[in-house]
Amino acid sequence: MALSTEESGRLAALLSGQADRVTSRWTEIVTSSLRGRLSQAELRRQVQDLHSAIVATSEQGDIDLSADNAAELRAALADLSRGRARQGFSATETTVSIFALKDVLAELVQEAGGANALNDYVAFAKLVDEMGLFTFESFVRTRESLIADQAEQLLELSTPVVKLWEGVVAVPLVGTLDSARAQVVMERLLQTLVDTSSPYAIIDITGVPAVDTQVAQHILKTVVAARLMGADCIISGIRPQIAQTIVALGIEFGDIATKASLADALRHVLRLSGVETARRQPRRGA
Amino acid sequence: MERVPILKIGDILLVSIQVDMSDQTAVQLQEDLAERIVDTGCHGVIIDITALDIVDSFVGRMLSTIASISKVLDAETVVVGMRPAVAITLVELGLSLNGIRTALNVERGMELIAAAHADELDYQLDDDPDAETATP
Repeated sequence: MALSTEESGRLAALLSGQADRVTSRWTEIVTSSLRGRLSQAELRRQVQDLHSAIVATSEQGDIDLSADNAAELRAALADLSRGRARQGFSATETTVSIFALKDVLAELVQEAGGANALNDYVAFAKLVDEMGLFTFESFVRTRESLIADQAEQLLELSTPVVKLWEGVVAVPLVGTLDSARAQVVMERLLQTLVDTSSPYAIIDITGVPAVDTQVAQHILKTVVAARLMGADCIISGIRPQIAQTIVALGIEFGDIATKASLADALRHVLRLSGVETARRQPRRGA
Repeated sequence: MERVPILKIGDILLVSIQVDMSDQTAVQLQEDLAERIVDTGCHGVIIDITALDIVDSFVGRMLSTIASISKVLDAETVVVGMRPAVAITLVELGLSLNGIRTALNVERGMELIAAAHADELDYQLDDDPDAETATP
């Protein structure tokens, strides 16, 4: 797969001999494929970076993209694909920027002519293909890490623990509760109980679209753990369909208090903790 | 051998476990505690496990035993300061601390004991006037 020393020497000569022409032709082809979503100047800079990386690598002798001496070239390619991935370009648009080099090389080889022209071109094209694949892979890797980051942020964002009253905290659960989220919710809730020394916690499941045995198991675990630490948990926000599902699945909440709404749960807790709530008499006359 | 200190605060004995419990330490603690409850006539025992990173079945059983001993001697036992990680581990292992009351911290534990004790006192005080009025 790798280019031999003579081949890479000819590649270096070809590319550096008419450096300006190569980069401007290359930029031209890439620009037309991106339909003006990146400025000409920026593209030119990227292409020049790549060009110099290729030339620098090929001057060192044989080129093998996986070898140590191609580290600079790999870094340049990874840099390009990382940038494109973050800017929201598609994988094709990113890889085409590399494949554009083939067209440029075809023109150059044709002009130069010579006995080895065909062999040289095939070898160069192979190298470009390899570079394209490498770019594609690093593009995918960048995208995957972006998605993982976002999933983590979502996990952080979607589980707030709020203080409702002196000694009462609530967790409004929103969205599907999988094991990872349940774990985060549990840890967050228990830590908040300790930090605020609140003896009551309300778990509100109004925003949970469906409760199956697994979700119920997660909620039950949280309640039992809170009890072990000396706090009482109340489950609220059980919608009619969810109540039916819970009964149909045979899920037992045992002696855990369940309430239809958050307001009911809060009232229940306030009564337990001995806070009097009185309705003010409406003013008469006046 | 390490010994776990037992502190008396008002009507409550406070045991703060800060060492790794071995069989010997546990037995010694049970003996010491039983003696102190009888000597002082306290009505509440608070066991603080804030410093414990791990609560396994051994420690769980020890806590249960202490609670039972105190119960016999008419003292309420409250375990306080369990860490979230410890609680989660206990739940995942399926261990439960049967017959043990828990509270978030020492302060809450003292309130709990005070409330339980006040109920008992009310009950005793209520008893006598009722008895008198019942037989006029």
